Amino acid sequence: MSAIDSTAPPSAFRRVQAAFWRRRWAQLLLLLTPPVGWFGIVYLGSLAVLLVSAFWYLDPATSAVRHEFTLRNFQLLIESPVYRTVAIRTVGVAALVTVLDMAIAFPIAYYMARVASRRVRSVLFVLVLLPLWASYLVKVYAWRVILAQGGPLDWLFGLIGLPNFSPGYSDASMVVVFCYLWLPYMIIPIYAGLERIPSSLLEASADLGGRGGTTFRRIVLPLVLPALAAGSIFTFSLTLGDYITPKLVSNSQFIGNVVYEAQGVSNNVPFAAAFAIVPVLIMGVYLLVARRLGAFEAL
Amino acid sequence: MSRVAMRLATVAVLAFLYVPIGTIALYAFNADRAQAWPIQRFTTEWFGAAAANGDLISAVVLSVQVGLGATFAAIVLGSLAALAIHRFSFFGRDGVSFLFVLPIALPGIVTGMALNATINTAAIGFSAFTVAVGHATFCIVIVFNNVIARLRRSSRSIEEASMDLGADTWQTFRYVTFPVVRTALLAGGLLAFALSFDEIVVTFFTAGTQETLPIWIYNQLFRATQRPIVNVAALFVIVVSIVPVYLAQRLSSDSTGVTAAR
Repeated sequence: MSAIDSTAPPSAFRRVQAAFWRRRWAQLLLLLTPPVGWFGIVYLGSLAVLLVSAFWYLDPATSAVRHEFTLRNFQLLIESPVYRTVAIRTVGVAALVTVLDMAIAFPIAYYMARVASRRVRSVLFVLVLLPLWASYLVKVYAWRVILAQGGPLDWLFGLIGLPNFSPGYSDASMVVVFCYLWLPYMIIPIYAGLERIPSSLLEASADLGGRGGTTFRRIVLPLVLPALAAGSIFTFSLTLGDYITPKLVSNSQFIGNVVYEAQGVSNNVPFAAAFAIVPVLIMGVYLLVARRLGAFEAL
Repeated sequence: MSRVAMRLATVAVLAFLYVPIGTIALYAFNADRAQAWPIQRFTTEWFGAAAANGDLISAVVLSVQVGLGATFAAIVLGSLAALAIHRFSFFGRDGVSFLFVLPIALPGIVTGMALNATINTAAIGFSAFTVAVGHATFCIVIVFNNVIARLRRSSRSIEEASMDLGADTWQTFRYVTFPVVRTALLAGGLLAFALSFDEIVVTFFTAGTQETLPIWIYNQLFRATQRPIVNVAALFVIVVSIVPVYLAQRLSSDSTGVTAAR
């Protein structure tokens, strides 16, 4: 084979390659520069622009963005009761959805991890995962159709003798739809967390006289806490950043709706940027807490 | 909780997950223009009407173009990053991996508004390109996760063996490394395409007045005239986003990419 013919003079390609092989950092640089460069420029660069433009302002006279430092956007956010209500509503719904999803996800995750046979478990895994990929928008649209007047839910309530009981487009509907959308994100980490608990621990607890409730509270819950925190990152962050669902199945505004309209309708990019900083700060705190709970190891 | 109760809860959750999807699939065959329930008559005529709708077709074309562009960028950048992180330990390695996850860890509104502020400030102008760049940013992590999971399960020694037997760097990549990660790349690419194809939260901020398929559907929701066609388009999006995932699942036994990335 000519490749190992050491008497032949090394080709230019080989010499370059040998130089690279000796300098591992050069290989690393070659591999890492494109992706990190992309992220540095496109993503971190954009986040930097977001941060900077939050301190600019829209000149009301000319409707042009003035590149001068000001705190007026943040002042408006803090002082205006409307925006405060929107922010509190957004965070409140995100927290409520997270807690509800934990409660809904736990039984099925427990069944998958500790009760079901191997075969049933893998079938359930796929069944839980698949809806995650079935188009976000279409799922919200499906709920819009289901909740509509004269829609399936209305019909169902009529059938059981409770006409006009359907929630229609409301805050309650919005919470249900959010719970629906992000549920698999909660089931999968909890399932993985429960699966890792050795059975011997549960048996030991039972042997020492721990009843079901005690074992759950003192053994299972502390051990799946990182998994719960991991799942909650998704449910919380995704709700926080949404504006399509509130628009389609409720009459309430989220931070995202205000941001989208400030940017799209009134062309006030600085104000939109300032309000978009709020979820960043909230998520920053959230991720720090989640990290302390060990969420990143459970992802 | 007894086993029976747990089994019931499992069935209830599965019903909760699938009933809405099933409902919208049924509506695509609804003969009536009004969306009344229960559906009285079924038809397939709306599929023909959808195929003849010019706006819908150009939205599909734009979505496919954007999806292919974003997927290509994600495959190249995601696999380079995976090779770098897997092979080398260097200062800031954890920071770099965290960086890739950031676009899906931060709320969509933040990523969207950040890109929007940049496009506006730099006066770049909205185009299919800006949409694809935005999509690529959060698709990279999917390819990255798939490829690095595959690399971790394969042995570095086969590459060393290839080198010892006289193969050069390119030959080793071409005949050893690439075949190992090929299906993971394909799976990651399929998932990236599926994610791009139905993304809307970030897309709205990077699209300007252009309509990708999800944006077209969204805009129709406030006009009653096109309902039946929207239902067909909705079913189409479900199929286009689920089939790649099914294929990806078959290509890679490790399902990590499918979960962690979304």
